[in-house]
This record gives sequence, C-alpha cells and structure tokens, in this order.
Amino acid sequence: MAKEQKLHKQHKALSNTIAHIALIIISIIWLFPFFGIIMQSFRSFETEFGGMVNYLIPKHFSLDSYKWLFSSDSQFFRWYGNTLTIAIFVAIGQTIFVLFVSYALSRMRFRGRKALMNFWLILGMFPGFLTMICLYFLLKQFGLTQEGAIPGLILISVASSGMGYYVCKGFFDTIPKSLDEAARIDGASRARIFFTMTIPLARPIIIYTALTAFMAPWCDYIFASYVAFGYSKSYNVAVALYRWVNTNDYQGYFTRFCAGGILVAVPVTILFMCLQKYYVEGVTGGAVKG
Amino acid sequence: MKEDKNELYAMSGFERFKYKFVHFFTGIPSAIGNLCKKVGRGIGSFFKWLGSDLKDIGVTFAEGDWKTRLSFLIMGFGPITRKLFARGIAFLALEVLFIVYMATIGVEYVSQFGTLGTHTSGFNDDGTMSYGDNSFLILLFGLLTIIFIVAFILLWRMNIRENRREELVLKSGKQLPTNGSDLRSLLDSNFDKTLLALPVAGVFIFTVLPIIFMICVAFTNYDFDHQAPNNLFTWVGFENFKNMFSFGGAGFGHTFYKVLGWTLVWAFFATFLNYFAGMAVAILINKKGVKFKKLWRTILVMTIAVPQFVSLLYVSKMFANDGMLNAYFMKWGWVSSPIPFWTNATLARITIIVINLWVGIPYVMLITTGILMNIPEDLYESARIDGANAFQMFRKITLPYMLFVTGPYLLTSFTGNLNNFNIIFLLSGGGPYTTDLTGGAGRTDLLVTWLYKMTLNNTNYCMAAVIGIAVFVATAVISLVVYNILPSVKDEEGFQ
Repeated sequence: MAKEQKLHKQHKALSNTIAHIALIIISIIWLFPFFGIIMQSFRSFETEFGGMVNYLIPKHFSLDSYKWLFSSDSQFFRWYGNTLTIAIFVAIGQTIFVLFVSYALSRMRFRGRKALMNFWLILGMFPGFLTMICLYFLLKQFGLTQEGAIPGLILISVASSGMGYYVCKGFFDTIPKSLDEAARIDGASRARIFFTMTIPLARPIIIYTALTAFMAPWCDYIFASYVAFGYSKSYNVAVALYRWVNTNDYQGYFTRFCAGGILVAVPVTILFMCLQKYYVEGVTGGAVKG
Repeated sequence: MKEDKNELYAMSGFERFKYKFVHFFTGIPSAIGNLCKKVGRGIGSFFKWLGSDLKDIGVTFAEGDWKTRLSFLIMGFGPITRKLFARGIAFLALEVLFIVYMATIGVEYVSQFGTLGTHTSGFNDDGTMSYGDNSFLILLFGLLTIIFIVAFILLWRMNIRENRREELVLKSGKQLPTNGSDLRSLLDSNFDKTLLALPVAGVFIFTVLPIIFMICVAFTNYDFDHQAPNNLFTWVGFENFKNMFSFGGAGFGHTFYKVLGWTLVWAFFATFLNYFAGMAVAILINKKGVKFKKLWRTILVMTIAVPQFVSLLYVSKMFANDGMLNAYFMKWGWVSSPIPFWTNATLARITIIVINLWVGIPYVMLITTGILMNIPEDLYESARIDGANAFQMFRKITLPYMLFVTGPYLLTSFTGNLNNFNIIFLLSGGGPYTTDLTGGAGRTDLLVTWLYKMTLNNTNYCMAAVIGIAVFVATAVISLVVYNILPSVKDEEGFQ
C-alpha cells in the first residue's frame, strides 16, 4: 500500500514537471516576437543600418531609432497624438452609446424592441468594408476626410457603436429588476434610476467597454488610411508604421518600425494589464451568453 | 441519495446532448422549412395589418372633428389647437422640414433615380467645363429621399393616430396630459426613446444607408470606367451577379469558388484548432500542482494586449524569405534555401493557420478557464470511481459541457473568422499571387480581403458589392441554421 502511494506520488511529480516544461516552452514561443521587437528597436542605426538582419541580438545597442522618432525628421508624435485623440474620444462616445442602448433594451419594454434587436443582428452580418466607399463620400460631403480625418474617424466609430451592446446588455440583465422596481415605487424616474443606480453598479462593464473601445483605434489601419489618404498629417500610428514596413525602403525603416511599435505597445499593454480583470469578465460573460 | 440523483440528471443531460448532436444535421432541412413558413406567415399578416390600418384612417376622418380633419393636411394642427404644443409643434416642424427638403433637393434627385443621370461632364465647344450629373450623389440622395418619404408616411400615420387618441380621450371626458408631463415622460416612461434616439440615428446614417447604397451598387456598372463625377454609371440588373458566378471568359466564377473554398477552410481550422488548443492550454494551467498560474496566464494575454498591427507585422517579417527564421535556419545548416513561408500557396496557408494559433489561443484560454472551473467536481469524482482515465473524462464530461456552454461563442467565432481581415492582411496580404485567379485575388485571400482589394486597387465597386452580398449570405445562412439547432439556445436548462 505504501509502495503504491509512493508510485502515485512519483507519477504526479513527473506529470507536474512535464506540465511545467510545456508551459515554459509555450511562454518562450509567446514572448519570442516581443523579445525580437525590443531587441531590434535598440539596434544601432549608424553601424548596422535599419534593415532586416539575420541575427536577433544587435551587435551594438543604441537609442538611434528612438532619437529619430523624437527628432523633427519624423512626424511620429503628431501621429501618436492623432491616435490618442481618436482613442480617447471613441472610448468616451462608444461607452455612452453602448450604455444607453443596453439600458433601453435590457430594462424597458417598448414596441419594436425585438424587431430592432433582430434588425441590428442582421446588419452585423454585412462585412464592414462593404460600406467603405460610401462612408468615405459621406464624410467628404461634410469635409471630414484628409484634413478633417480625425473627427471623421471618431464620428464613424462612435455613430454605429450602439450595435455592440451585447456584452453590456447581458450584464444589465443580471442586475436584479427588483432594485429598479423598488426605486420606482419610491418615485424615482427611469432617468434617475439609470444615472444614480445602474451606472454605478455597472462599473466593471463600463471599464470593459471603454477599454476595448480605446484599444481598437491603435490597430485601425484600413479605414484610417482610406479616410486620411494622401494627407500625412492626419495619419494614425497604424497607418504610418504599416507604410514604413511595407514601402520599398522598409529595409531602412525596419528598426524605426520596431521602436515606434514599442512606443505604441508599451502604454497600451500596461493599461490593458492593469484592467485585465475587467476584460476577462467581459469576454467570458459575452462568450457564455452569446 | 442526493448525489445519486445529481448524477442521473447529469447523465441524462449528456444523452440529451448526444441526441441533439445527431439531430444537428438531420434538423437542417426542417429548420429551413420552418423559416420559409415563418416568412410566408409574416407577409400574410402584413397585408392584414395594412387593410385594418387603412380602415382605421378612414374611420378617423369620418368620425373626426374639423381639427382632426385639417390635421390630415397640416400635421400637428389637432394637437396644437388642443393645447398640446410640444407634440403638435414637433409634428408641424417635421412636416415643414420634409417639404423644404423635397422642394430643394429631394424631388430633383429622386426623379433621376431611374437613370442615375443622363448628362456626362465635359467641355463645351467654347472650352468651358460643363458639369453633368453625378451618378454617385443621385444614387445616394435618391435613396435618402425614398427613405425620407417612407418615414414621412409613417409620421403622417402617427399624426393621425395621435389625433384619434386625443379625440377619444376628450370624448370620454378625461383630461389630456399637459405639455410638462409630456416632456417629463421623456425621462421616465418614454426614456427608451431618449436613450435610443442618437444611437439609432447613428446606425441609420452610417450603417443602414451605406449598406442599402452598396446593395444598389451591386446592380449598377459602377467601376473603374464609370467613375463619378466624370462618367455616369447606370443600372445593369443582375449582370454583375451573372459575371461573378459564371465560369470561363471574363467570368469571376472560378476565382470566386476558389476564394470561397479557402475562406471556409480557413474559418473551420481557425475556429476549431484554436478552440481545442486553447482549451488544452487552459486545462494545463488549471492542472492541480501547476505553480505560478497567474504568470502563465499573463504571458499568454500579452498577445491580446499588444496592438495586433505591431506584433503581426513583425511576425510576418520574421517568416519572410529574408526574415530572421530563415536566416537562422540557413546559418545552422538546416535548410539550404529559404523556406517559402509566404511565397508557396499551401505553406502560406498553413503558416497563417499556425500563427493564428498564437493569436487565438489566449482568447480561448481566458474564456474557457472560468467555465472549466464551473464543471461540478463530483462529476469527475464519480467518473474516477468508475475507473475512467483522464482522456475518457475529457471526452465524456469536459468536452460535452464545454461545447454546450460555449456553443454560441463557437458560432460567433466562426462567422468572425469568415471575416477575419487583420490576420490575412497583416501577415500575407493575400499573396502569393497567381495568374490562375482574376480580380487581383491571391491564394490566401479571404472574401473580405478580396472585397477590400476590389474596392481599393481595382476600384471595381460593383463587383466588390457583389462579394459583400455573398459574404452576407454566407454568414447569415450559417448563423441562422446553426443558431436554430444549437442546443444551448433551444434548451437552456439542458445542463443545469
């Protein structure tokens, strides 16, 4: 009996070791690209140029690429500012829209509620890029392309964001209705309940909505490049960095791309990591409820 | 005793699930049949409703007083004379706006809607520029005007119903609500209207209108040779659809089916490989005895946190012919010439699916971790007593439970992957290219990336619109059919 237990213990220790080794290998694979970007961004531009090279660790470490980004040769910080502006406004606007729609659909019962939800569900099945040309010309009518690309991009991201109410509504559905009813018996109006009761309770989902909305503009290449077409002052970081990598002289811009990527990724990643808890709650809730 | 009952209930749950899984496929025809029946019934009840509505309008006019009758012409007249200024003025203002819009631009555009313009821009004999019709604007504003007309008719109907209601209230000797309470109700009983006004308007202008516009474009010849404002484009009926689905000659049929095939293959692998691999990683991290659980999760979550265009662009360059991986492989003497990760079609497809694992596993890991912990421990306990090994327990307990709970997620993930633009665009850009495919499509292009290329590189807007409609149809059919037979939708209590 004792022998059997010992065997069992050994078996357990072995399987745990294998699990840990597997996890370490997985971690290396997952972190490898990030390690690569960081290494490349510190490569010396003077001695090793900015192209792609066949080794991972640079021979000379330097801040050349970062210095160039900060210098007047590049408009990087203008693009950075553009993206930050878009991200902040989109985060605020989308959160407000999503909260409004979610509350109305979760708490109120009105004619056409089901129809509206089904209609939006069907609309969501059209590929987003289908409407690109039409949106471009719509924005152009109001002068919101090229020079006005930033407000244009904000407008488009916010305007249709009401359709992304699923996760938030799912959360509101879990807040007991009896709370609302009790407040209504005490004479509170719907608006009062919404602003003073529901919103404070919805803090996790507000953070989730704002976080996902804030992160999206940093990756928006397609529409941003189309709306800002040919007017480099209105680029966002995604458009600018994509051009650095994919234009013909990317050999010279590769380390600059890496450095710029680091400057973009670090703040976004830190923000995300701090609010990770809310993100996990959001995606898990959304996945289970569908 | 209680445990026994639990087990029995759970077991019958699995059987129920199995039963449903078989009926998953046998249920497809009847699901489609039901849908057709529903649509038919919908059309029938619409006409019934229309008939009774028209009758109601007649009754309102016949029985109404002069205020109501005048409201048929001057909207909001009734409410205003009954001292309901807020409602009345709103109706009146909208009517005035509508008339002004129609008089200034509406009528002009809608009258040209049938031809989309007849005068081409060009130079007159004396060298001055003459501006012709702009088909794009005619189509856009024509549509907008048609929608406004429909909305106006509905508004007019509302106005009549409002009059009728007021009259009935007055006749029964009750008081009409005051203006103040009318406005206050926008924050209380009518709060939904206040909340939804802006979001619905936003969706209408920036999603609904453009989608209707693009559906119309699919029936025109709007392409490189027919660009507004220099040239006109016009209606061509189903010409583009015929072109898209015809083989041989200049038809897009061959390319379309190739791209569609890869899109479906891609969506299948991207969804299910990620799902199972992600679940495996989640189980691995959740395993009893594994230390630093939080650390492993954080490392994986890094891929979600770092903006995709940074990480994926770097990874794409890493796999390039002159990229780092090939450089090291050659330095170590593993290969003599670079592995064509992006230039060989089959290899490019495999590479994309593998890299997508890197992107997708963390998401699935996050989602499944919580659910895995929710599986009742006593299920495993009793299975262990019965002598089941780890794999059997996974197959008989974990997997059915997970599939049941995350069914909706799998569906949305599948349709999301059908339209997964970023991965393809940032990694391979759709390449490698071949002369076998027309319309600028490459061997790893999905329908959406092909749509994007059609729009941007070929400016073949009408064909892009046809592809967009095809994507919609594919998404809608798959979602509808799967959703209607999904066990977790039909039977919410199945596993509780």
